[in-house]
Amino acid sequence: MKPAPFAYHAPGSLRAALDLLAALENPRLLAGGQSLMPMLNYRLATPDHLIDLGNIEELHGIDVTAAGLGIGSMTTQRTIQNSPLVARHCPLLIEALDHVGHQTTRNRGTIGGSLCHLDPAAELPLVSQVLEPTLTIAGRVGVRQIPFAAFPVGQLTTQLEPDEILTRVTFPPQPANTHTAFEEFARRPGDFAIVAVAVQITMGAAGLVADARIAVGGIEPVAVRLREAERLLVGQPWSADRVSAVLDLAESHPAEGDHNNPAEYRQHLVKVLAGRAFARVQAKLGTVDA
Amino acid sequence: MPELYPIAVTVNGRRYEMQVEGRVHLADFLRHELDLTGTHLGCEHGVCGACTVLVDGISVRSCLMLAVQANGRTVETIEGLAAADGTLHRMQAALGAHHGLQCGYCTPGVLMTLVEFQRENAGRPVTEADVRHALSGNLCRCTGYQGIVDAALEVLTEADH
Repeated sequence: MKPAPFAYHAPGSLRAALDLLAALENPRLLAGGQSLMPMLNYRLATPDHLIDLGNIEELHGIDVTAAGLGIGSMTTQRTIQNSPLVARHCPLLIEALDHVGHQTTRNRGTIGGSLCHLDPAAELPLVSQVLEPTLTIAGRVGVRQIPFAAFPVGQLTTQLEPDEILTRVTFPPQPANTHTAFEEFARRPGDFAIVAVAVQITMGAAGLVADARIAVGGIEPVAVRLREAERLLVGQPWSADRVSAVLDLAESHPAEGDHNNPAEYRQHLVKVLAGRAFARVQAKLGTVDA
Repeated sequence: MPELYPIAVTVNGRRYEMQVEGRVHLADFLRHELDLTGTHLGCEHGVCGACTVLVDGISVRSCLMLAVQANGRTVETIEGLAAADGTLHRMQAALGAHHGLQCGYCTPGVLMTLVEFQRENAGRPVTEADVRHALSGNLCRCTGYQGIVDAALEVLTEADH
């Protein structure tokens, strides 16, 4: 298991990387390498040119602006996990990162690499469905910004063009009274999730739910939002009956299974994990009519 | 001839200046070019943890990092763990005492993972759950892990760890 030969490039600027990407035949971008390197070792990926983004300073870093919490695409999962800024502004991200591989892979794995690889079982694309970040994408002709919801096209496939690079992920500021929870089931810590669920609830005036977001990974080729279930909550007071109806609806969402984890089992897990997530959110809501 | 790339890397305190092919990963570089065969390759796709080494003090899977990417960096491997006179690192000695290894194939990776964990938690109390979590990325098919966990806990609960 050795990679097929390729030419290695480590540009020092985004501009240089974009120029290489446009000029070279059969190139591939290397982020943290925790998914691409196994594919190279297996020769599932055989690029003629590997463009390593690791030396591009402008793709690293975490900041908070009026637009929200901005994270450079090459920022490692470990850096994000240990960031007090992320803990304050986007705790769901940190909760999800606890389930991403192991410390040794998080030491090199990046947020941009994970989102662009778009593994169906990956945690970061899942929580991005809930957190709705804006993606900044650079091409040779300019920069564009798109909502994350428009990014996935299908399994392991994004709408990133061959000459483009994801440069930044910006998580919008969360409204007051927003509570989140992440729950996952895997056979062993660090394994790919069989099913994972992320929930974000915002309470509005008069004890009514202002916004509800539920995303599930492990039942479709891309993590999905359960919008019908969300609609059962929005504009309503929080109640155990409502949550129970949401869980039943979530369980009824069709799932794709395999021989190890058939569809019915995954659907069952959706209900159990969503139930745990909602219980944790409810605990954060304090004393409500439950 | 494939293109070669010059790299300068410090491994266990010794500086090497070499030419490497772009596709050579760090584990093969350590084993084949530097003859540091203590770093083992189990799965070669980032699952087993046997090839774990420290790069600039943090643990990486050396099968998932290219040798060219180690240019200008400092690498620590199992060969650098014991003192120059052969005195074992405390974690190495504890693994032996607690039967934390049998065939030994996973042991270099286990040790490098535990060394990072030890440094990051210096002076802090750690629990068995913490140790098991830290070791969750290292597969061992002999011991059932209990001896490894016992060894790690012995070292990590010493007053001056």
